[in-house]
Amino acid sequence: MPARIELDELQRLRAAGADVVEVLPEREYAQAHLPGALNIPLKRLNAESTAQLDRARAVVVYCHDHL
Amino acid sequence: MSPRAACRLATLGFTEVYDYVPGKADWLAHGLPVEGEQAEIPTAGGLARNDVVTCRLDDPIFELRARVERSPYGFALVTTNGGILLGRLRTSAMKTAAADADAQTVMEPGPTTVRADTTAAELAERLRDRRLTTAILSTPEGRLIGVTRLADLEGSG
Repeated sequence: MPARIELDELQRLRAAGADVVEVLPEREYAQAHLPGALNIPLKRLNAESTAQLDRARAVVVYCHDHL
Repeated sequence: MSPRAACRLATLGFTEVYDYVPGKADWLAHGLPVEGEQAEIPTAGGLARNDVVTCRLDDPIFELRARVERSPYGFALVTTNGGILLGRLRTSAMKTAAADADAQTVMEPGPTTVRADTTAAELAERLRDRRLTTAILSTPEGRLIGVTRLADLEGSG
């Protein structure tokens, strides 16, 4: 079960080299995204689009908010 | 969206998956930098100053008066040791306070604050409409970020 995290833990994971992925549509990603975040829109999240991610590395996903 | 994405990654064989549930809105609200088209738009957080006098609940007023008079603002902000904003102390209230009063008996509790990702243009308009010259910024957790001045907001465009 993926862990739900807050900002402090996100910062720790980023510092430790985790991949950060924004799963919003491309347009929203282009407007603003977390520094260094990749964009894999949820509608295109599959084995092919995630092949670029290192499975041995932690990965953090985010969208706009919890609502 | 992100919970479903996190779940899908787990089914694709990823073993260390995290879901930053508060999301981009939370990141922006903390005044943290972003990349992208919006990165160059001036925000309140980017113009925040940390030169406001801060104090604790039990700090004596007689010690605070002089500090506030020397500061650029006509008020001090009352916070916890961890920086959570609790109140505002105006110069006018301190002048009439009892000699042995402390911050918590004189302060206005729960001052209005603004999110750090508010654009400079929007906040400037809001301040002008209300005839205000400063805005207090805080994080979603209530931690004080700083104070933004109307002059800085208007000069950022």
